[in-house]
Amino acid sequence: MPNNHNLSVIGHAQIKIDAMGKVTGETKYADDLVLPRMVYGKLLRSVYPHARIIGIDASRARALPGVFAVITGKDLPIKYGIMPSTQDEEALCVDRVRFVGDPVAAVAAIDEETAERALELIEVEYEPLAPVMNIRDALDEKFPQIHAYADHHNIHKFVALEFGDLDAGFRAAEYVREDVFFYEGDTHLAMEEHACIGHFSADGKLTLYSSTQTPHYVHRALEKALQFPRGHIRVIAAPVGGGFGGKTDPFSHEVVACKLSMLTGRPVKITLTREEVFYTHRGRHPVLMWIKSGVKRDGQITALHFKTILDGGAYGSYGIASTYYTGALQTVTYKIPTYKFEGVRVFTNKPPCGPKRGHGTPQPRFGLEVHLDKIARELNLDPAEMRRKYVVDDGTQTVNHLTITSCGLRECIDEVVKASDWKNRKSQIPNSKSQIKRGLGIACSSYLSGAGLPIYWNDLPHSGVIVKVDRGGGVAVFCGSTDIGQGSDSLLAYIAAEEFGLKPQDIKVFSADTDLTPVDLGSYSSRVTVMTGNACIQAARIVKEKILQASAEKLLVPPASLAMRDGVVICEDDENRKLSFVQAINLAEAKFGTLTGTGSYKPPKRAGPFKGSGVGPSPSYSYSACVAAVAVDTETGEVKVEKLFLAHDGGRAINPLSVIGQTEGSAYMGFGEALMEESAFRKNMHKIPSLLDYKSPTTLDTPELHAILVETIDPEGPYGAKEAGQGPLLPVPPAIANAIFDAVGVRIDEVPITPDKVLRALEEKSKGNAPRFGPKDFPVIKMPEAIKVEPPDAKHAPRLVQ
Amino acid sequence: MLRLPPFEYLAPKNLADAAQLLAQYGDDAMLVAGGTDLFPNMKRRQMTPKFVIGLNALRELRGIKNENGNVVIGAGTTLTQISQSLNLSALATAAGLVSSPQLRNAGTIGGNLCLDTRCNYYDQTFFWRKAIGFCMKKDGDICLVAPGGNRCWAISSTDCAPVAVALDASVRLVGPKGERVIAAAELYRDDGMDYLTKARDEILTEIILPPADGLRSTYLKLRRRNSIDFPILGVAAAVRVAPNGIVEHARIILGAIASHPVQAIDAEKILIGQRLSDDVIAAAADAAFKPAKPMDNADAAYAWRKKMVRVYVRRALTELKEQN
Repeated sequence: MPNNHNLSVIGHAQIKIDAMGKVTGETKYADDLVLPRMVYGKLLRSVYPHARIIGIDASRARALPGVFAVITGKDLPIKYGIMPSTQDEEALCVDRVRFVGDPVAAVAAIDEETAERALELIEVEYEPLAPVMNIRDALDEKFPQIHAYADHHNIHKFVALEFGDLDAGFRAAEYVREDVFFYEGDTHLAMEEHACIGHFSADGKLTLYSSTQTPHYVHRALEKALQFPRGHIRVIAAPVGGGFGGKTDPFSHEVVACKLSMLTGRPVKITLTREEVFYTHRGRHPVLMWIKSGVKRDGQITALHFKTILDGGAYGSYGIASTYYTGALQTVTYKIPTYKFEGVRVFTNKPPCGPKRGHGTPQPRFGLEVHLDKIARELNLDPAEMRRKYVVDDGTQTVNHLTITSCGLRECIDEVVKASDWKNRKSQIPNSKSQIKRGLGIACSSYLSGAGLPIYWNDLPHSGVIVKVDRGGGVAVFCGSTDIGQGSDSLLAYIAAEEFGLKPQDIKVFSADTDLTPVDLGSYSSRVTVMTGNACIQAARIVKEKILQASAEKLLVPPASLAMRDGVVICEDDENRKLSFVQAINLAEAKFGTLTGTGSYKPPKRAGPFKGSGVGPSPSYSYSACVAAVAVDTETGEVKVEKLFLAHDGGRAINPLSVIGQTEGSAYMGFGEALMEESAFRKNMHKIPSLLDYKSPTTLDTPELHAILVETIDPEGPYGAKEAGQGPLLPVPPAIANAIFDAVGVRIDEVPITPDKVLRALEEKSKGNAPRFGPKDFPVIKMPEAIKVEPPDAKHAPRLVQ
Repeated sequence: MLRLPPFEYLAPKNLADAAQLLAQYGDDAMLVAGGTDLFPNMKRRQMTPKFVIGLNALRELRGIKNENGNVVIGAGTTLTQISQSLNLSALATAAGLVSSPQLRNAGTIGGNLCLDTRCNYYDQTFFWRKAIGFCMKKDGDICLVAPGGNRCWAISSTDCAPVAVALDASVRLVGPKGERVIAAAELYRDDGMDYLTKARDEILTEIILPPADGLRSTYLKLRRRNSIDFPILGVAAAVRVAPNGIVEHARIILGAIASHPVQAIDAEKILIGQRLSDDVIAAAADAAFKPAKPMDNADAAYAWRKKMVRVYVRRALTELKEQN
């Protein structure tokens, strides 16, 4: 554990600054906001999975008393989308609907009931088209094309990259293995449904209050979709009741609420129902995977060839980035000297997939870690030891040009091995005769601490912070970052408090308001702690320097001898020479004028020299290792995860309580995905769009969670911090799958691992067939030639041992 | 959130007034006690009664008392109260497994026994049902589970009904023509739509349990999660074993595999006159398993749900064997 003695706030457990407001119900989420003269909006959604819109007659809806406005796609014809290269979304579909739930018209009315009645009066004439409901249909050209701009028919995107000499890698191997895996899609299930208010005010300016993780990107999309100058639009992210990636796109309801307000001159609120949130989606992509690796007898990887097909749903969303992410981070945990990645994303007539916690990486991590477990079993190696031996080193670059600044994975493995009594797992000790069999499984992972590149190309800072100190002693921090429950507002307070020698409760944080706060790109890609943290330190230190200089003059000591702690500016050499914080800032303001400091953060430029290198680079990478302890009921196939031991290297834990919370939350979510969560479709529709039927674990189902913090001090992070919000999810599903094998000797190569699948695999095993449940094959796709990329400078890169 | 459709709420002060209102408004009215079943269904427009008659103020429907050796439970007694009454054996177990603590605090035993049958083509919003094409249980003509047939396959999903039947309970129904007491088994009909034999103008007021008289009973519930979920299989079992170890009386009632609680008669026959040996239990479990036909309209793979009938019946009987 790092030494926190010189730090009074950082590294110490703290209550979040917004905790009391939330637990007492005082916090106003977007749906709690009420503005004078406010009316309510509702969206009419497509009942067809795929159809042309022939005509819309809204005259009866418009005539209904209490209706203020009705709009259709013709009123908002300009396409937008989160990625510059996939501007394929319409706020309301203009001439084609692409999934059941795609919005086609909208109403503003005096209340929600009237708005709903008005929707029923809108007549839409459709011409149905054949729906494309899965990966195999999407690869079949007899189905209609969903978007004209795709790389090939319904293949949205091809990615093919080869790093180093793959053939040579396989030639150097002593054991080669191929596997196929499937990871079903699932959704974020944030407690708060999306809500927003668009308010076009009397002064001709537009304000949007929204439960969004990315006010800056929404700001940009509104300018485009509404054709209204961004300088006259203000986006305020209300406190967000859970995001997990589900509130990172600009959404139809946000554009529509603004448009309806512009038409009616009244604030317009739209709150989605839970069912609508399932249609809005942007959740985990279903991914079919093929993996082939070559290893030495001791488990050292010589070559890795990895293919993915992502079922993207109806629109682009973050899908291109998601596709790259299914390949990019496979290299960051273990030394891999040659690597080929081929990724494909297809369009289907389902709600669009996008980023969910771990964005594009839990699926390939599941495939890789179960694959490695099979190799370890085959070569008679300890799965923990095999992994530990070839962990990447600090200060190296991976074969695909990603820079490892700090890696605590070895310590993470050691911690979970120790905590779980790994050495005495089932394969070492025979099970009892009971139908309940127990086992342990291990898996590791890595995740980025912020995307190294922004969503749209620019050379601007990724995060900006302003610190303002008031002569009464108030310290205010302004930052565009968005607190979605992860604690980013608190982070700003901890840092300012640390720098000024105050308590976090002394700091006021103003965040996520495009008029008041400098731009931060948003709460995604686990970027906020590193990026806003660094910007905040920079801003605070500018002010601090002024305070120290003015204080030094007053106290007749050199500025370097002064420290700020416990609410005073004090001379370290003579503790009688000191000033209160308020005295000191008054001196500083007198000397320098209004006291503010600004900070800006841009990640280091580390993208490799190839097309597609923009996805994967990050200032630093977090590391996680998980051991799952499971009990499998061999009569029912039910899996009870009894314990999850999760060690996480998130760099220095700025608030260890928060990092433990994020680690436990991630473990819980990974556990839910592993065993039950799935976006299921039947008859061209989402089968279970409700909180009752979409199964997410309750507290009674949740295992004992043992979070262990491994704190490397990363050179890039504020005080050495890295990420913690997403990475710890990744090793959980494969650790559980591996534990099931340890317990009962069957492989479930498909997530979620339902009792039915386990029981079927056990039945196959008892018949003497392959003890496995999972996809049988991987489709043949004509891929473009892979871009061949030389590994980075040989002295930093992992070497192929001949 | 989903909004309730417009309706008028009527709050009678006593049973007679409630019965009178129900008679007066006929098919336009529905009864509500805890509301945990009706109100979500109304939000999804599965029901749109013009009048909702609330039974919450009816003190005579609350409480558990002993009468002539029988235990008489008021239909308005909450599931939480039932779950905490140890003398109710398996019924307390079943009540304690319904949904979540909050819903058990509101939901009543009468409401649970009259729970609308469930189907994942039917328990959906109006929008969803419109998009997929309405089913015969509401707004449509066909059954989406078995489109070739002419009946509704919605599932009896009450936890308490299989136990009430297994314990040979009866229920009191009060209507405009007077009142009647029928066996709990007679309350149900094998029809997903018209699943109760209770007339629309009758109110279920009491559940009457006969003296336990050495009866061993249990209830096992299969569901995905350990809270909130409806059963996807319920096994209520009750046996009376003579001092010499021979089974004299047996009831095995399966819930959530059909539109009504299903009596596993063949399995019961196997037990009678036998000792509860592992072989006899396995044979009974097999006999219960064979005719069970869960369909693809609830959570989890239906073939797996069928397999679980054998496992759960065996486990229930094994528990009764050990329950001494």
